[in-house]
Amino acid sequence: MTALGTIDSANLNGGQKLAVKYFSVALILFGAQVVFGLLAGLQYLIPDFLYEVLDFSINRMVHINAMVVWMLFGFIGSVYWLLEDESGIPIVGLKLGNIVFWIFTLAVAAVVAVYLLVQIGPGEHSTLWLITEGREYIEAPRWADIGIVVCLLVFFFNVAATFAKGKWTGIGGVLTLDLIALFGIYMAGMFYTTNISVDQYWWWWVIHLWVEATWEVLVGGLMAYGLMTVLGARRKIVETWLYIEVALMFGSGILGLGHHYFWIGTPEYWLSIGGFFSALEPVPLVAMVVHAVFDSGVHKMRSSNHPAMGWLIAHAFGNFFGAGVWGFMHTLPQINLYTHGTQWSASHGHLAFFGAYATINIAFFYIAVQKWRGNVWMSGGLIGGWKWKWSMVLLNLGMVGMTMGLLVAGYEQSQIERAIEGSSWAGYFAAQSHPWFQQGMFWRMVFGGMFAAGYALLVLDLLTIGKRETRPAQRPSADG
Amino acid sequence: MTTDPWWASETFWRKTAIWVTAGSFVVLVFLTFDSMSQITAGTRRVPAYSAINHRIEYRFDEQRHVQTPVIGAEEPLFGKKLTEQEAEALVEKGKLTIQAKNCMSCHTLLGNGAYYAPDLTKAWLDPFWGSREVREELMVAFIKDPSDKLHNGLGRRMPRLGVTDEEAHAIVAFLKWMSTIDTNGFPYNFKPLDQEG
Ligand code: HEC
Ligand code: HEM
Ligand code: HEM
Ligand SMILES: [Fe+2]
Repeated sequence: MTALGTIDSANLNGGQKLAVKYFSVALILFGAQVVFGLLAGLQYLIPDFLYEVLDFSINRMVHINAMVVWMLFGFIGSVYWLLEDESGIPIVGLKLGNIVFWIFTLAVAAVVAVYLLVQIGPGEHSTLWLITEGREYIEAPRWADIGIVVCLLVFFFNVAATFAKGKWTGIGGVLTLDLIALFGIYMAGMFYTTNISVDQYWWWWVIHLWVEATWEVLVGGLMAYGLMTVLGARRKIVETWLYIEVALMFGSGILGLGHHYFWIGTPEYWLSIGGFFSALEPVPLVAMVVHAVFDSGVHKMRSSNHPAMGWLIAHAFGNFFGAGVWGFMHTLPQINLYTHGTQWSASHGHLAFFGAYATINIAFFYIAVQKWRGNVWMSGGLIGGWKWKWSMVLLNLGMVGMTMGLLVAGYEQSQIERAIEGSSWAGYFAAQSHPWFQQGMFWRMVFGGMFAAGYALLVLDLLTIGKRETRPAQRPSADG
Repeated sequence: MTTDPWWASETFWRKTAIWVTAGSFVVLVFLTFDSMSQITAGTRRVPAYSAINHRIEYRFDEQRHVQTPVIGAEEPLFGKKLTEQEAEALVEKGKLTIQAKNCMSCHTLLGNGAYYAPDLTKAWLDPFWGSREVREELMVAFIKDPSDKLHNGLGRRMPRLGVTDEEAHAIVAFLKWMSTIDTNGFPYNFKPLDQEG
């Protein structure tokens, strides 16, 4: 046993040792996301910046791909983190899991290198196989798709087999079934078609059924575990909530898919189905806020890990505002006709991805460092406690500021480009040149800088929090 | 152990979750089959690739109260009438190039993609091309080398993407075909190029 407050892998179980590897790569890719976001954002203000060197399209692609991958790495890490605790036994195929981690990481590095160095290819199938598929979020070439599926299958095997050999819990059951759906859906994006309507139909299966169905349920499971660990909430309560959330989320989110089928050539019945079901999607998100706030209240905010608790609460609210409120505001077809494909979508996309998924991953990073340092004190009166608080403020304020800048730009665009000018080429630039749009882009950069500062502080904090701390962790209070 | 009321019972909610999920998914699968049958190329909503042999218009439909594309008189692309197979091969080449160059990481198609450059849903019909006579060749020339052809006051140029002559023609075919898709009135209020002259 090393002293409390020093990083030592002996403090972790097998799954957790693997989890911290995933978390480390996730954190690095999060940094890449921020850097390339800043580059792309700057090109709105200085169009010749890196022109024909690292064009907007390349920066944007790396920006959002880094996001998808770091979040997936964070999720995989989080599931490995809780797997042995939940199932009660060591992970069945840990060695295989470790090998796959390295393959996965190397593959990601190779894909990014090709994105940056080769960038694009001739209009042939070989380009889609080797360089890029050119479809937003899932630009990764086909070889990487197949690699991802193989890696995920191994991960899934580990999860399912470990629960099967140990014991099934409610969280375990939900996670396992959800992972099947999550991987199955990914395959809907792995084929080529000339027909752009059919293309986008299936593309949305991947994008929407990930973020508004399977990812939501996955983080619901993580949240349940998080509340038990950090607050000491009772299993029966969190698992009952989890089922309610699954019912509401899938019940609205699966058919809510229709809100992407208004304008892509698909039949008119999607206007009603998509509008109706997606308008219900905020309901489970409200339920989650109630749940998190209620549990914290019951436990009188007495948590064993303040930073993690803070980020879990940020998750509940961020998910509600980013996905629920921002999503709802443009989800009815009567409004979406004007906001579709404007900075309005970007405003929502940023707040939702950050609020729902960046937050809960960061919470797990904090849960991990606490145990890694020997289950050290992380409640009130932390040494250097300003760091986690300030990084939390900078990240959240930076994100809200960016969201607002994009929102103003988005409203201006939906009025001028969409409603008045009819979305023509000239109309597009009439809107882009408007001072309100330009100001929105300017403030996005300012708050983007703030966000980047928050990220730097977050990394520093994760590396140092709990260092030289000699108190053991505060035990969460028993259920009231 | 006390028995819970139904609304606080774990089993009740577990079963509800399973049934609601399965039910929604079954409905989605059913709707997907129906949608696929309505958006295969060669149907009313998504016309055949050989539509590029015709003039495409975008007119207000009094009954539906939205603008819809109308396939008009014969007006072959690049003056060459293609068979269905030839048309499909050409549009396919265009689509492949659009993916290979990642056009959607700057532009939107059917409103999806990135927001750094104009939506291309109706690019074929955009009044900025000037007139019907010069449009095709201007489009090909622009896509091949847009670096010296700035059309806006912001200085935001499209880069050269190494598009070959063949690929550029194919892209124009794809854009022309895409403009025939019935998108329920998106983009709203779009005023197409005058093609009568
Ligand atoms: C790096 C970003 C970027 C990429 C990638 C890009 N474009 Fe563009 N594109 C632009 C910009 C910016 C404009 C506006 C240029 C102007 O106004 O002078 C534009 C204009 C256009 C136009 C005219 C606009 C209209 O409404 O008709 C077409 C057509 C076009 N691009 C097609 C393509 C195709 C096809 C590809 C892929 C092969 C592509 N673009 C890739 C940035 C990009
Ligand atoms: C955490 C959950 C969510 C995330 C991460 C998320 C993210 C996103 C992103 C990134 C886009 C842009 C996609 C693109 O690139 O084209 C988008 C689009 C959209 N989202 Fe969400 N979303 C979430 C939940 C919701 C909810 C709950 C609603 C509705 C209530 C909603 C409504 C919409 C709509 C209508 C669009 C289409 C925008 C357009 O027409 O351009 N989203 N979402
Ligand atoms: C650090 C500051 C950031 C900057 C400057 C930035 C900038 C950008 C830019 C310029 C785009 C392209 C939008 C367009 O096409 O016009 C973009 C897209 C996107 N970014 Fe960021 N970004 C930042 C951080 C983030 C974070 C933290 C997240 C989520 C966790 C995020 C999620 C997204 C998503 C989902 C899209 C696609 C949106 C859509 O298609 O609608 N970004 N970002
Ligand atoms: Fe959606």
